[in-house]
Amino acid sequence: MNTRAAGTTLRGLSKDDLAARVARDIPRGAFVNLGIGLPTRISNHLTPDSEVMLHTENGMLGMGPEAHGAATDLDLINAGKIPVTELPGASYFHHADSFAMMRGGHLDVCVLGAYQVSARGDLANWHTGRPGDIPAVGGAMDLALGAKETFVMMNLLSREGVPKLVPECTYPLTGVGCVSRVYTDLTVFLIGDEGVAVRDLFGCTFDELAGLLEVPLLDWTGDPG
Amino acid sequence: MVGILENLTEAVAGIPDSATVMIGGFGPAGQPVELIDALVGSGATDLTVVNNNAGNGDMGLAGLIRAGRVCKMVCSFPRQPDSWHFDKKYRDGEIELELVPQGNLAERIRAAAAGIGAFYTPTGYGTPLAEGKEVREINGRHYVLEYPLRADYALVKAHRADELGNLVYRKTARNFGPIMAAAATTTIVQVEDVVLAGALDPEIIVTPCIYVDRLVRVPVPAQAPEPAGAGQ
Repeated sequence: MNTRAAGTTLRGLSKDDLAARVARDIPRGAFVNLGIGLPTRISNHLTPDSEVMLHTENGMLGMGPEAHGAATDLDLINAGKIPVTELPGASYFHHADSFAMMRGGHLDVCVLGAYQVSARGDLANWHTGRPGDIPAVGGAMDLALGAKETFVMMNLLSREGVPKLVPECTYPLTGVGCVSRVYTDLTVFLIGDEGVAVRDLFGCTFDELAGLLEVPLLDWTGDPG
Repeated sequence: MVGILENLTEAVAGIPDSATVMIGGFGPAGQPVELIDALVGSGATDLTVVNNNAGNGDMGLAGLIRAGRVCKMVCSFPRQPDSWHFDKKYRDGEIELELVPQGNLAERIRAAAAGIGAFYTPTGYGTPLAEGKEVREINGRHYVLEYPLRADYALVKAHRADELGNLVYRKTARNFGPIMAAAATTTIVQVEDVVLAGALDPEIIVTPCIYVDRLVRVPVPAQAPEPAGAGQ
């Protein structure tokens, strides 16, 4: 199912199709942390034969799907405080170990939501900075720079139709230069030393995309790599 | 030597006004609701509380905040759909907030427990939460200097203890319990049951008894409310 990008006539991937697209790029056997919100949907598209092991920062590896009914145990929750299940081979550890695991670069991939990502891979996803908003950071800053690769999953445009891939973040930063890929409803961006490259396009052309953004883009859509 | 206390009032006796109190738990999981309720009953006030969150619903930590006993929260994720007591006190200027990234919070507690003077962490570099802090570049990467976080008291919920105070936990309710138990001058633990020394397999003990000062049995702990929505 395609969904119209806010303020445009473009129809990109639905949230679930995007989650499936990210899931396809997660290497077999990877240790992965999925941020709360949109990235959690990726778990629905990871099959058991992917051998991906999910980490939750509140002290668990080998997290299974959400728990329902009699399987609900309030001592077994994910970072979003939703009851979950354990898979065979799961392990528990305390918070300092959990964040050492993350900060120490032992996780292969982390997927986070974002308010904004800059052309240099800076991430803003914890605070709007608006007066009166109570800030809450949780594990976002540790997650952003701890994993070997940090992916962002978001709609390219805000509800108001404003691009969230920007030359410089205007929201308070979560991490500096930490994002290597951005999966959006309209495109997959790779962020590296060369700049921002477009790897995939969904429901739009390179020129249509370039017209939406103030960030210079490289066209790598034909690159088999 | 651990004291096994008869009731919750005795368990929290002597916590003075203006104490720094670490409270275990990640949202509802591992939250020592009964010890917190006893702390409310003790009347201690002007407390600085260290917890990952700032209360859910009306029970436990939320109740302590509602009762006006907390002058400062040190936490990573105060804002949740059901953190209404904190939200009101914060907006009314009645409670101070020290916001700490979750991994820095855990490591600062661990550092206090381990006698570390300070440490350099990459987390928070270049963000508003590192403003004014010492920064150092080490092998091409930037780090922020963070200091240990100690407490006068820790209130912890574990699953089971032996009569010496060795502890085991349940699933993700372990979270901050082991590090807080080790970082406080006096550690007070509620458990569902207390077994004889030797009845717990030494290979599975998570918190060794050296960190535990007081134990109290709460055979059927209240579950803190189910969260009203997602939050980190």
